[in-house]
Amino acid sequence: MPVLETEGLKQWHRRTGRESLGHWVMWLIGVAVFAYCWQQISQATTWFFVWDAPTIAEDIWTRATPPKWEYITQLGKPIWDTLNIATLGTIIALVLAVPVAFLAARNTTPSALVIRPIALLIIVATRSINSLIWALLLIAIIGPGVFAGVIAIAIRSIGFCAKLLYEAIEEIDETQVEAIKATGASRWQVMAYGIVPQILPAFAGIAVFRWDINIRESTVLGLVGAGGIGLQLSSSLNVLAWPQVSLILLVILAAVVISEWVSAKVRGAII
Amino acid sequence: MLRLEKLVKTYKTGDQALKAVDLDIPEGQVLALIGPSGAGKSTLIRCINRLVEPTSGKVYLAGNELTELSAGALRKERRRMGMIFQEYALVERLTVMENVLSGRLGYVGFWRSFLRKYPQTDVDEAFRLLDRVGLAHMADKRADELSGGQRQRVGICRALIQDPALLLVDEPTASLDPKTSRQIMRLICELCKERGLAAIINIHDVALAQMFVQRVIGLRFGAIEFDGPPDALTPDVLTTIYGEEDWEATIEKIDGEDDEAAE
Repeated sequence: MPVLETEGLKQWHRRTGRESLGHWVMWLIGVAVFAYCWQQISQATTWFFVWDAPTIAEDIWTRATPPKWEYITQLGKPIWDTLNIATLGTIIALVLAVPVAFLAARNTTPSALVIRPIALLIIVATRSINSLIWALLLIAIIGPGVFAGVIAIAIRSIGFCAKLLYEAIEEIDETQVEAIKATGASRWQVMAYGIVPQILPAFAGIAVFRWDINIRESTVLGLVGAGGIGLQLSSSLNVLAWPQVSLILLVILAAVVISEWVSAKVRGAII
Repeated sequence: MLRLEKLVKTYKTGDQALKAVDLDIPEGQVLALIGPSGAGKSTLIRCINRLVEPTSGKVYLAGNELTELSAGALRKERRRMGMIFQEYALVERLTVMENVLSGRLGYVGFWRSFLRKYPQTDVDEAFRLLDRVGLAHMADKRADELSGGQRQRVGICRALIQDPALLLVDEPTASLDPKTSRQIMRLICELCKERGLAAIINIHDVALAQMFVQRVIGLRFGAIEFDGPPDALTPDVLTTIYGEEDWEATIEKIDGEDDEAAE
């Protein structure tokens, strides 16, 4: 009861005395837990390596600069592979995500009891496993190379795209759907006229957003042998060729900046 | 033309929106459905084309019983019932032309409609209707660029291009200003007369209903309380429909507004 009446005056407080005492106790407990954890971490750390870090970092920096510029001739193909992995993977994922999203959305699913849970399971299962792990699995199944990378990216992206898309489907304006139904339209026509125009901007946004993420994800896929520039990165790291590593990182940075720029442009044009 | 027999709708929550409504509408009659919010006006209209499934009772449209129809047969019958909505319910991201042509969805196949390859006769009719409501120059605009009154005109075209025998009109003027409201009501009633359509018009504005329709039904708690000509809507009748209120004063005041709007 935050309103107190004393001598005919009504006073208002945000919390009663008891509640604010409770808040202080909670804060106290929070600070105590933080201090304890800090102490634990501190004990488990080999501080020698931490104090050592600046000199090591400086050492690597001097070895890595300047980047080995002439190595760039060997990076054209791998970065092109990386872009292809991201793009093809995103396209495949979108094609598969659209039906999954329609089956998962509460207002379009044919059966909320059987099919919707299956669709949600697909979404959760594909989302919860990192693309690097998918790549490891797929390399074992279909062998190393770009194809494994494409499939890994595609599988990983299905859940992400389907989840965002089905949320968009659930948020549509139902009166527009009702109006199309009232004309005597069939189920597919209701979808094409009542639902699709409403989710198209969301779909385009999701596609570009995921493509942008996939460019970054596909740069590391080569570390496990699934093609792309990551392959060069891991072999350079293995032979401690630091000037090559720094050049590869620069190339990856450039690719990500460009993809970021493209996706910002496309999103701006659609929405 | 349209006959409702003991139409009942009980929602899952237990609310009884309609209690055994009986109603008979002859060919070409324009009827206003008035009543307080929650009286079941929208439910009644939606039970006719089964956007809401009635719990029990029968609906006959030109002799055909609608409540027992399969999904496919229902779609065929829905073509005969054009619907006009309170918030226009246009597909906002499609053009005016696409919105009007969507009224033909019940007649064309999926691929034709998907690829926007409507028969030329449909396109001709769409242009004719848009011209009739004064929006021929807007055909290529996107629906969300239009004003409220213009959107409602597009909604009317979409309903009429279905070639319906009956119009179901749900609060056509609730989102419009008084002048546009009158223009839209006049347009709907004129078009019904031109084409000999029957219409059920849900409406909050009693004075507006009295200006345009031949028959008024008063609904209260899902039951019909009044059925008669608009002149018979006396303050006593309004009190039985809506509850206590100083009707003489308020209705006169609205009438005064009408004159201003008409000028």
